[in-house]
Amino acid sequence: MSSEKRSPVLAPRGDFSDPKAIAMSAVNLPGTPIEGIAVRTPVRAGLQIAKYTRSLSDRSIAWLFTLPTVALLLAINIFPLLWMIRLSFTNLNLSMAYLPLRFVGLDNYTDVLTDDDIWDRMQTTAHFVVSTVVLEVVVGFGLALLINRQFRTHSLWTTIILLPMMLSPAVVGNFWTLLFQPQIGPFNYVVSLFTGIAPNSFSMIGEVALAPWTIVLVDTWMWAPYVMLICLAGLRSIPDYIYEAAEVDRASGWRQFWSITLPMVMPFLMLAVLFRAIENFKMFDMVNLLTSGGPGSTTEVINITLKRAAFEKWQTGYSSALAIILFVTVFGAANIYVKALNRVKQR
Amino acid sequence: MTAAIGTTAHSVVEASPRAKTLAGTIVIFYAIVTILPLLWIVATAFKSQSDAVAYPPKLIFQPTLEGYVNLFTVRTRQTPDFIASLPPAATWYDKLVRSHDMVIAGPSKVVPRFFNSLIIGFGSTFLAVLLGTLTAYAFSRFRIPLADDLLFFILSTRMMPPVAVAIPIYIMYRYLNLTDTKIGMIILYTAVNVSLAVWLLKGFIDEIPREYEEAALVDGYTRLQALRKVILPQAVTGIAATAIFCLIFSWNEYAFAVLLTSGDAQTMPPFIPFIIGEGGQDWPAVAAATTLFLLPIVLFTILLRKHLLRGITFGAVRK
Repeated sequence: MSSEKRSPVLAPRGDFSDPKAIAMSAVNLPGTPIEGIAVRTPVRAGLQIAKYTRSLSDRSIAWLFTLPTVALLLAINIFPLLWMIRLSFTNLNLSMAYLPLRFVGLDNYTDVLTDDDIWDRMQTTAHFVVSTVVLEVVVGFGLALLINRQFRTHSLWTTIILLPMMLSPAVVGNFWTLLFQPQIGPFNYVVSLFTGIAPNSFSMIGEVALAPWTIVLVDTWMWAPYVMLICLAGLRSIPDYIYEAAEVDRASGWRQFWSITLPMVMPFLMLAVLFRAIENFKMFDMVNLLTSGGPGSTTEVINITLKRAAFEKWQTGYSSALAIILFVTVFGAANIYVKALNRVKQR
Repeated sequence: MTAAIGTTAHSVVEASPRAKTLAGTIVIFYAIVTILPLLWIVATAFKSQSDAVAYPPKLIFQPTLEGYVNLFTVRTRQTPDFIASLPPAATWYDKLVRSHDMVIAGPSKVVPRFFNSLIIGFGSTFLAVLLGTLTAYAFSRFRIPLADDLLFFILSTRMMPPVAVAIPIYIMYRYLNLTDTKIGMIILYTAVNVSLAVWLLKGFIDEIPREYEEAALVDGYTRLQALRKVILPQAVTGIAATAIFCLIFSWNEYAFAVLLTSGDAQTMPPFIPFIIGEGGQDWPAVAAATTLFLLPIVLFTILLRKHLLRGITFGAVRK
């Protein structure tokens, strides 16, 4: 740290000749009582406040600083969540809100869990989550290993590779629909260039067999860099002397990879997998714009189903139950995963 | 990949020149492939309507600003006779539109939508960073009962799928008359962003040695003075990075925006897909909007490069 940056600490109390500083100090005067400051403060009103705020202990500051955030989260996250739990036991339908609100017990939950369509959508979601995570780990880890060779200009190219993940998934999803158009989009022509398949003979978005892989492809394009960035941090955290020791022991490159690189990067990799899995379980925006669940329901991830139930059919009671089930799934899976992660870290 | 790994046998700290070249070639190839879709967007924005949907797609075309003009205007089709009867076109964009047998009827909604994105983005970022800084400071410097549980609670609010969160918020906002208002969206985005802000800023503040503050306290500063004059100047880079992450989130957010706004408070992401011309999406205009919308993010990404890793992992991984 430069001494310049530290200067406020070392500055003499001459600071308080500045009227603004006095005002601030008057408002903020708590904690460690230094008689001198308050007495020297010429602003009388300030002194009053100073007397009042001097009683502010560290504990009250801690409370004052934490409460607004907690209150906001209680109001915007927890209260609605509790409300939704209540709604999930009712027959509420917002398009028929005039109907009397009736409590239906666990009916909504049994409806959700016995609905074959829901299980089908859950499978679609699982396919999406697993495929994207696997692909992103393979591509991301591979790229990280290559970038870690530190070739010239690697920093510039890394930044370029990182761009997609910073962009709005909805806007990107929308634009990929043009790229995937069978006749006017460039994607099919690129494929045709390498494989010789006629460019207008297939549709990435319109075909049942291809559409699930289309959303996986776009998601991988966006998020493989995410895994790459985390793995890169993992690779750089490995101290050189470990490899040097391995060299002395004449361990092969392959052996070094399996016994040093992979285990040392593992906690980072698992963290990336955790984040990606949760994010993709929540997937809504990109898929909604790219395929909107189609063709048929082949790419209808569970959040699109939820959106349709809640905001198109307005089945609030039913969709609340589905939402609660999704919460429990995410939290449960994340908890199990974090425990596993900790075990790996301890090893 | 095997070949690249094998080369570590020669030198551990520094890869061999051949391995470097090979790695560089693959990475550069990937980077070019990954950037092509974005370049296609930028190029499409300069295409004419017919070039944008040409079959096969055109790589070489006559650039035109039609897409940008269409993005910012609403036009009506007129007979050539009517257009001939008008006074001569005053501006280049008038002329451009008239060459397609149309006249400009007025500005489009893109500017208000853009301002909505700006106001909601900056409003929520300011609030989230303000609350986040205070909370992060408290968590970093004071003993707070159940601190770990509280921090986990703050993070866990981020795990909920936005569509699920939107269900009760929609009903709540209807009661409070906050549906489709900028205030409503600012509050909502603040709540989502504050968890990120707390986690990131706690990391940044943790890194500032306590000794600085203690020296200030000994010097006669109060806690709040020490925060203002010692901690904040030291944390300013972290605060800026956090602010940019919050801004990017609000800027890119789609699910809440599409479910809770329809007009007055609509931001760009739900608006862009509905830029339509005669017969479907007006691709050059959509591309123009997309370009203008993504450009600030590209700049921010370059600015943020050093802190990117922290931002995307909630501060879990620091370099």
